[in-house]
Amino acid sequence: MRSVSIIGGGLSKFGERWDKSFRDLVVEAGTAAVIDAGIEGREIQAIYGGCMSSGRLVGQEHVGALFADFLGLNPIPATRCEAACASGGVALRAGYLAVASGMYDVVAVGGVEKMTDFDSADVAIALGGAGDMEHELFFGATFPALYALMARRHMLEYGTTEEMMASCSVKNHKNAVHNPYAQYHNEITIEDVMNSGYIASPLKLLDCSPITDGAAAVILCASEKAKKFRKDPVEIIASSQASDTISLSNRHCMTELHATKVAAADAYRRANLKPSDIDVAEVHDCFSIAEIMAIEDLGFFDKGKGGPASLEGLTALNSEISINTSGGLKATGHPVGATGIKQAVEIMWQLQGKADKRQVKDAEIGMTHNVGGSGATAVVNIYKRL
Amino acid sequence: MKHPLPLIWRMIPEKYYLMGSHCATCKNDFFPFRQICPNCRRLGKVSEKRMPTTGTVYSFTEVSAPPSGFEFEVPYPLAIIELDNKVKILAQIIDAPMEKIRIGSRVQMRFRRVGDDDEESAISYGYKFALIEDAASSAKTDKPAKTPKPTVSKG
Amino acid sequence: MVHAGIAGYGVYVPYMRIKIPEIAKVWGKDGDKAARGLGVYEKALGAIDEDSATFAVEAGRRAFEHCKLDPARVEAVYVGSESKPYAVKPTASIVAEALGSTPHLTAADFEFACKAGTAGIQACMGLCIAQMIDLGLAIGSDAAQGRPNDALEMTAGAGAAAYVISAKKEEQIATIEKTYSYTTDTPDFWRRSHAEFPMHAGRFTAEPAYFKHVAECAREIMKRTGTKPEDFDYFVPHQPNGKFPVRVAKLLGFTEAQVKPALVTPFIGNTYSAAAMIGLSAILDIAKPGQRILVTSYGSGAGSDGFIITVNDLIDQKRPAKARHFFELINNKTYVDYATYAKHRRKIKSM
Repeated sequence: MRSVSIIGGGLSKFGERWDKSFRDLVVEAGTAAVIDAGIEGREIQAIYGGCMSSGRLVGQEHVGALFADFLGLNPIPATRCEAACASGGVALRAGYLAVASGMYDVVAVGGVEKMTDFDSADVAIALGGAGDMEHELFFGATFPALYALMARRHMLEYGTTEEMMASCSVKNHKNAVHNPYAQYHNEITIEDVMNSGYIASPLKLLDCSPITDGAAAVILCASEKAKKFRKDPVEIIASSQASDTISLSNRHCMTELHATKVAAADAYRRANLKPSDIDVAEVHDCFSIAEIMAIEDLGFFDKGKGGPASLEGLTALNSEISINTSGGLKATGHPVGATGIKQAVEIMWQLQGKADKRQVKDAEIGMTHNVGGSGATAVVNIYKRL
Repeated sequence: MKHPLPLIWRMIPEKYYLMGSHCATCKNDFFPFRQICPNCRRLGKVSEKRMPTTGTVYSFTEVSAPPSGFEFEVPYPLAIIELDNKVKILAQIIDAPMEKIRIGSRVQMRFRRVGDDDEESAISYGYKFALIEDAASSAKTDKPAKTPKPTVSKG
Repeated sequence: MVHAGIAGYGVYVPYMRIKIPEIAKVWGKDGDKAARGLGVYEKALGAIDEDSATFAVEAGRRAFEHCKLDPARVEAVYVGSESKPYAVKPTASIVAEALGSTPHLTAADFEFACKAGTAGIQACMGLCIAQMIDLGLAIGSDAAQGRPNDALEMTAGAGAAAYVISAKKEEQIATIEKTYSYTTDTPDFWRRSHAEFPMHAGRFTAEPAYFKHVAECAREIMKRTGTKPEDFDYFVPHQPNGKFPVRVAKLLGFTEAQVKPALVTPFIGNTYSAAAMIGLSAILDIAKPGQRILVTSYGSGAGSDGFIITVNDLIDQKRPAKARHFFELINNKTYVDYATYAKHRRKIKSM
């Protein structure tokens, strides 16, 4: 296995991109990544694309080939990766493995989702496919509902409160103000969250990540050649992935995502690091309760302490650990296939010191945590400057 | 969401009477049906088994933003139910005001239409759960009709 | 001769109720007067995810919980309804599958307005007496339909009753000694093939229809068995409202005490195919061994099925320890307004 580094990254603007098509978003992010890496298109040897629901929503399948085509990269091999909201994360890992194996020196990895063209009830159906269609969605279980079921248990077992959950959204909106790519640039208060309407009790509108259009891309390169392209590549020092039951009800425990714990343990072992070594982490806050579970499952806080830690501001920018400096899924937006890669771009910027007003001081080690469905897939990556 | 008819038909045993599976090797029950026991894999001896139809609410939520097909049912309570054999299952709770639903509430399987109905396609029926009400609890009565006091003769 | 009998019974009444004055108010009528005139105070309605098939399954399950016999033994399932969820496709097969009675059985749906359920009892009895089957299941189930602002809307209720009919004397909590039916072609109430709501002939539904058929059926079955009203402990006629059954009882010489315990329509509305069968269940809930019951259902179109039933000792043994009478069971309810009722019954045009 060779060491792999990110030599460039780019994002499309996230949000309601009425004037941009699915493929326009891919081109916007892909072009930015290629320019950032300072490479020529012909130097890219393969492409991996993460996308969850293009078929169900846009009606477009075969998006690996579409990526390659509209980025002008034919005839290189192009492969789509799908793991629901972790599609970006698994695409990134597929690219990582392809370079680590020695098969390629330079690959492009992209993720995209075009979601705002569609009615929210239809988007709920598309996202619902990330769980067990026959036993969850079939009975009217939306994704907010599944996380609400986890939240209710977390509240019962650990005394987590709706205010604690709300504080995650508040913090993420605050961070997003300084992220020009984010969907939202407005700060919100705990009262705003508490007064927003229930989507699936106890989760309210402002506990939930939005429906977003967006794309993200990174260029991966064998670390041994990375400095040829730029002086400050970011090395992926561990990439781990785990799975769990597709349906929430089959889990033994509903107050943790077991796949996150397994992937995190593997990543820490591979990187020879511990949770306290992480300076900045982009975690999968599709819902506020998901951020609380994530910071516990990733080992930043003890089980049950994620809620109080969030409320006390221990996850704010430049506090104990800086969580979701980009604004997270909540405020940057959550174009599901793009999210896992957007997280890597944010960490790249943080480790390169390019995060402007949301920069974590002396950030040395970063982490991304991307979840598919209600936790049936988790991808955890650890990064440092090469 | 419209489900294809053969899918609705295939799911009849599990949707009508909770047909799941049992592994004779590890003695665990599973729902939905699994051909492979995740504990024993090739050593598992798996056969069909009906799950018990009563259980306890393990967690619950009230869905206000529905997927398509459930627009006319909102807000509806949805729960993870721990059946009496400890197997958990997700289902809608029916015929109960939210304030009566608690973690730990006893529930019983009921037979209902599930999901979309366009008035022309085949109807999908399946399980939902109702609270098992104890004799003491009855309706919120705003001037109920006077029902006669029955004399129940006991054997 | 083998006598068929009732091995078990079960009733299902949905959770929601609407008060008759709440309906009357919408149409500018005097609600209290309407309720008093009909002798109906409130009616049950199914939720948006319920229909006569789901009612039938629930009633069937309760019937088997009651008799504790194996549903797999059932060799005939008949469901009577005038509100079938499918115009073509049996409800009986849904019920048989849900109860676990498939595949070794016959199943069919019956339609004869409000007496389709008792026709199912007769069909099961016939098969039992002919010793073609040991165990049958007959269900009357309706999510009754009434056009908005029609008189029927004030009474059309919802519910189901299921009876497990056994050929084995030792399984019978009550034996059906005799059945007889009185049938003519009298179109007092109907629903054309693709029509959404039934039509009725107003006051014509009373004398030449309900009263004539129920009374003739009762008189003839008593004549053929040499019985008189005083030979019965209870009389259970079909009950389209709270008034007709009392009047027909009086007309036939039954006392109010004989008929009143069977009156369920005032509290749940007219449950059509289920009405007489639910009325009978309310009697069986309190009946003592040795008591005799006369049942006369009524179906528009028109006919009446009569049954003479004798209660057996087994009824007390089969009564669950925490037996709850019908009138207690229907106390688990919630009241809804007309708008909610209109939504759940899909009476809002744009739905």
